[in-house]
Amino acid sequence: MTDLELPGFTTSADRSQLRLFATVIGETSPVHTDVEAARAAGYRDLLLPPTFLFTLELMRPDPAAVLRHLGIDQREVLHGEQHFTYHSPAVAGDELTFEMKVVDYYERKGGALRFVVRRTEVTRGGERVATLQNTLVARRLELS
Amino acid sequence: MTATTTGPAFTVGSEIGVLELEPISRTTLALFAGASNDHNPIHIDLDVARSAGLDDVFAHGMLSMAYLARAVQEWIGPRTIRSLGVRFVAITPVHGAPMFRGVVTDVSQDTGTELATIEVTTTLADGTVTLRGSAVVETEERA
Repeated sequence: MTDLELPGFTTSADRSQLRLFATVIGETSPVHTDVEAARAAGYRDLLLPPTFLFTLELMRPDPAAVLRHLGIDQREVLHGEQHFTYHSPAVAGDELTFEMKVVDYYERKGGALRFVVRRTEVTRGGERVATLQNTLVARRLELS
Repeated sequence: MTATTTGPAFTVGSEIGVLELEPISRTTLALFAGASNDHNPIHIDLDVARSAGLDDVFAHGMLSMAYLARAVQEWIGPRTIRSLGVRFVAITPVHGAPMFRGVVTDVSQDTGTELATIEVTTTLADGTVTLRGSAVVETEERA
């Protein structure tokens, strides 16, 4: 189960999506929405909010591949844990590469709960940007 | 010498901030699905929620974590977040109104940089704990 390593992919955040994200979560700091304010604060462009790398990772081609590989229906999935370690700020337009591995898999309660731990390294031109670690929990539901 | 700044108190045990939010609406869940690229219908489509035996849709965990990150950054001002992690302890139902409370639990040194650990607990109005989070931040303002 922990042999799964998906091919890396590269994507970038665009300004309009960062502005939408900020609006939805009630973020008022202009470094996420106003390019002038971001530059005045020392950033090259709009700063990604702390959790936005998770959103970018969902740009992966075929994001359902992991669940399919594990035989998990997305309705059964709960988010168990999410961690971010930041090495360098990322801004709109940065070409960010995401490389993900499944690093752990275990079951509890006779398989009623299945845990999948994934780690993603995010880089920009070879420079480390962040490390994400995600634990998802699949619970067996009576699906119709 | 005593510091005269009125910034956050990075002393162990001090409460660094509280953020209380309005109840999360179905509209917010729909918009967050699009804004966050998480299109799992369990959060936005009542038919799908019911097909999984649930009474109703529930909020994306990452919506609560986005609020938590926003709260931490508001509390610490122009300082750097080194790391951020959460355990999702319980789901947040639609109309849940999360409250975030941050307490400094550790102050340490990392090669000349002072770091503070902020433990954040997220609760709903009925007292349910939904997230337990931890942020490590630099205590010096960004240059």
